[in-house]
Amino acid sequence: MSELISNKIQKNPKYLKLANRRGRLAWTLSAIVCVIFYGFILMIAFAPGVLTAPISAGSVIPVGLPLGVAVIVVCCLLTGFYVYESNQVFDPMFEEIVKEASK
Amino acid sequence: MFLIFVSITLGITYWAATHTKTATDFYAAGRGITGLQNGLAIAGDYMSAASFLGIASLVYFNGFYGLIFSVGWLVGWPVILFLIAERLRNLGKFTYADVAAFRLQQGPVRTMAAIGALIVVIWYLIGQAVGAGQLLHTLVPEMSYKMSIVIVGALIITYVTFGGMKATTWVQIIKAGLLLGGATLMALGVMAHESFSFEKLFSDAVNIHPKHLEIMKSVVPIGAKANPIESISLGLTLMFGTAGLPHILMRFFTVTDAKAARKSVLYGTCFIGYFYILTFIIGFGAIVLVANNPQYLVNISKSILDLKGGGNMPAVYLSHALGGDFFLGFIAAVAFATILAVVSGLTLAGASALSHDIYANVIMKGKATEKQEVWVSKLSVIGLGIIAVLLGIAFEKQNVAYIVALTFSVAACTNFPILVMSVFWKGLTTRGAVVGGYTGIIGSIVLLIIGPTVWTKVLGMGPAIFPYDFPTFFLLPAVLIVTYVVSITDSSASADKERALFDAQKVRSETGLGAEVAAAH
Repeated sequence: MSELISNKIQKNPKYLKLANRRGRLAWTLSAIVCVIFYGFILMIAFAPGVLTAPISAGSVIPVGLPLGVAVIVVCCLLTGFYVYESNQVFDPMFEEIVKEASK
Repeated sequence: MFLIFVSITLGITYWAATHTKTATDFYAAGRGITGLQNGLAIAGDYMSAASFLGIASLVYFNGFYGLIFSVGWLVGWPVILFLIAERLRNLGKFTYADVAAFRLQQGPVRTMAAIGALIVVIWYLIGQAVGAGQLLHTLVPEMSYKMSIVIVGALIITYVTFGGMKATTWVQIIKAGLLLGGATLMALGVMAHESFSFEKLFSDAVNIHPKHLEIMKSVVPIGAKANPIESISLGLTLMFGTAGLPHILMRFFTVTDAKAARKSVLYGTCFIGYFYILTFIIGFGAIVLVANNPQYLVNISKSILDLKGGGNMPAVYLSHALGGDFFLGFIAAVAFATILAVVSGLTLAGASALSHDIYANVIMKGKATEKQEVWVSKLSVIGLGIIAVLLGIAFEKQNVAYIVALTFSVAACTNFPILVMSVFWKGLTTRGAVVGGYTGIIGSIVLLIIGPTVWTKVLGMGPAIFPYDFPTFFLLPAVLIVTYVVSITDSSASADKERALFDAQKVRSETGLGAEVAAAH
């Protein structure tokens, strides 16, 4: 039974389009996280001077510190964005497709 | 404090035991855990004593360098969400091997995946057991190192064999609450002492620390040479290692559906991120309040940093400096709870690999009854608990740092790539997964043995043959290439069948059609 439904869904162009869209979102967001994090790591590896410069004259706090904290915060925000998109936008559309195929 | 925590958790274990009847109850808490609960449990499972005491200690000795670990240990989480969490929930039953082997041959792929899981679990267990023994022994000197480890072993065997995933989850939730609360209080205490000014906190730390301003510029451990490949390799290991830890992946089978799985990562990521920012403040607070304080030091005339009880103690002593014996007792109990919660999760993950993968699916070829399977996994829990105690005692005097390197390397170079390729790449075949998987496992072990930590420091054989602590920079691409090449050159009939099954797998992973459902009660 569920195999029949699955076969129907596999051929549904709406499903293919939707799955591609969510896949693209997931990989794009992963790429953003990687770019941010490896940007940070590469700066540590090749341009430590930039990260260790003080945030302002006379301060001991290096630029890397707020940047590191910002990486953590951005990760939380991107996570929230994906959860919202996937749970509120994509899931209902996938449910619709499954319902259609189950008829 | 210890006793209150232990009696509460034993009460929960008793309650959970009366509600654990089926295999789904035992491995996956009946799939009835909500997103928020699982998010807390994820945080409880992930924030190990290594990250609480360890990051604080890294910051205490090296300053800024500790932040790289805080960030690196967090960035794996968004990747888990985007690529793994919901697909794991939709495709798997109890273990990540369910997903890796979904459309491939059960025997060889599961065996490989279970070996990968067990290596991570057993070595992680040793690290935790040694940490628990040292911590308890330092805090309560009447209790010997051996006795401390035996107590930890006995408690986790009790939690996991009787209460299964339900008890484990609640132990993790309580522990996450205690740890987040305790760390918040400590960070507030530090900031109150520094009149809520970060500038003052950091400049005080710079003044007190013997390396002074160097601690704000340390992009590698103080005293080490900067090495770009090592830094990148460390980043890769932390990020993808997180996404391949079996006890973490197992948590996604406990929630009701893919929606809850996603929400739990969001909550988990926020809790963990918040906590890591706190550990950073705690580490600097320890420089200000613990260093230079003769009460906590081995010998103040020699070094103003070397602490009684070893390098992991800065956070513990900071609690004493802030709130006296009472707060010290509280934080020590939190650290103890942390170890118990992580060890319970690990033990359950290891037991599920042995019973669900090796016993039920490889040896019995799926013909074992649920009762037999749960019975085998309870025996495995007892076995793993005893192994952890024995190895913990055997490794008492060893440097356990390389243990973390090994577990994260295997997780990043084996579990993670095979899982992702199985879910996303149609071309993956059994041959590719098995050859690629063993490349990752054997490669991690060999490169680690001939690397600096084991070759030079543990074995004392002189300069290392392989000059990097973390092999991921070379090994992860190697595993991906090997898996790819061995898969595309596989023209057997079974390989074609496996590729053909991908579309149906994808429908299930995207829509949840046919996924395991929550138990009715």
